[in-house]
Amino acid sequence: MNDNRILCIIAAASLLALTGAASAADIPPGAAACSGCHPARAGVDTTVPRLIGRDAAQIVAAMADFRAGRRPTTIMDRIAKGFTDDEVKAIAAWFAAQKD
Amino acid sequence: MGTRIMTNRTNRREFLKAAAAGASAAFMPMPAIAQGAGPRVVVVGDGLAGASCARALKKLDARAVVTLIEASQTFTACPFSNEVIAGMRDLSTQQFGYSKFAADGVTVEFGNATAVDPQARTVTLASGARHNYDRLVLAPGINLRWDALPGYTEAAAERMPHAWKAGEQTTLLRRQLEAMEDGGLVVISAPANPFRCPPGPYERASLIAYYLKTKKPKSKVLVLDAKDAFSKQGLFTAAWKELYPNHVEWISLSNGGKVTSVEPATNTVVTEFGRHRAAVANIVPPQKAGRIAEAAGVADRTGWCPIDPVTFESKLVPNIHVIGDACIAGAMPKSGFAANSEAKVCAAALAKLLQGQMPEEPRLLNTCYSVAAPDYGFSVAGVYKPTNGQLMDVPGSGGVSPANAPASARAQEAVFANGWFKTLTGEVFG
Repeated sequence: MNDNRILCIIAAASLLALTGAASAADIPPGAAACSGCHPARAGVDTTVPRLIGRDAAQIVAAMADFRAGRRPTTIMDRIAKGFTDDEVKAIAAWFAAQKD
Repeated sequence: MGTRIMTNRTNRREFLKAAAAGASAAFMPMPAIAQGAGPRVVVVGDGLAGASCARALKKLDARAVVTLIEASQTFTACPFSNEVIAGMRDLSTQQFGYSKFAADGVTVEFGNATAVDPQARTVTLASGARHNYDRLVLAPGINLRWDALPGYTEAAAERMPHAWKAGEQTTLLRRQLEAMEDGGLVVISAPANPFRCPPGPYERASLIAYYLKTKKPKSKVLVLDAKDAFSKQGLFTAAWKELYPNHVEWISLSNGGKVTSVEPATNTVVTEFGRHRAAVANIVPPQKAGRIAEAAGVADRTGWCPIDPVTFESKLVPNIHVIGDACIAGAMPKSGFAANSEAKVCAAALAKLLQGQMPEEPRLLNTCYSVAAPDYGFSVAGVYKPTNGQLMDVPGSGGVSPANAPASARAQEAVFANGWFKTLTGEVFG
């Protein structure tokens, strides 16, 4: 394989990456893990609230309060401290956009 | 163009590392796609990780032809199986099937995967059936090291159960506890790190103590440990002092706790400092990655599988990804929640790689509850990201439940623990 062909493949792969429509694969980092406790599907018997379809600002505010110790929780303070403001915003926007 | 891709929500430094580690398949031609057929992904599972990854991938990339290979038609969950051992729940509540997978477009095939040919990209089953793959995901869980503890063979495990793979072994240990006369000594042998479910032996000691305290109060649990420190140690120690002062004793490595051999004929557990004749002996032996990992060549000399922290692709064999207990996930423990978290990150990375795109730098979670009594729970949580080629804790995050929490918080965490199990198993199998 000559250099030109390699470049073509790289260009094609890059073009695909740029033009590919946003897919479900574009879940923001960290968001997929939440459903281990916050049920993705309705009807799971747990006291942990669902996040799907929730107002993004509400999620962002809750995470800020958990991180600052302003809102009582058993575990979310420890988890909220692992995410930056921007990461939380992206995760909240993604959950807000999800529908059942 | 390449720079734009990398700055598009991908950390350039981590990507370059991933590329250097061999995850540069994003730039490789993809014959399966070129021919118009969907890329073939085979997942060999034995638990939460494989099943979760197969389903998540098919949702992310509908074109992918996803085959999940499972040895058993019924999955028996390890999390909460300590409650079965203590008589608090039935084994059937631990069992799940694969009936929902076909509707999601995942083909489930039951059989034992026995061989992998990384050059030809094939997986062979014991039946002789062969599957071609573009990408292979191995999630084989653990294999017990039958050569690591003198006297502890597969036959010995029928007398001295490990109960570290849920199922028959779980009910065997339960039956032995039920048959034991009051005043008996229950011995638990805990292995050195790393092993599946780091808090598991101590939760088990707690819940067996709960059973003994309520039904056989003259009996006790002795934990013989090959370690000086263990997961959630402060919380377990406080719970034992509060709930089971006369029913649990823990002997550390430094105090002679390491079990050096077992004698099944007399149910004797031997340490460097003494011999303990048990009424019930529960031996949790040293472990390694499940058998197919070894066969595929993705396990290193430690017995576990080194992986790239962005894609979970093996560092030893290209196009094979390893998730769950079998992989070396840095700071992440070998827990069911971590396995599910890894499975979803691996699925997202595969979806990107199969489209010739760059996987994003992931964030992973672990949330793991232990219960010391029905109304007494506590947790450890962690947030992880790739750092220097390993999955490491995000600084300042994670940790265990507070030491001096009120009884109401312990009770609330016990409730959350129950919800955790239902949510996790519901996500993977529901």
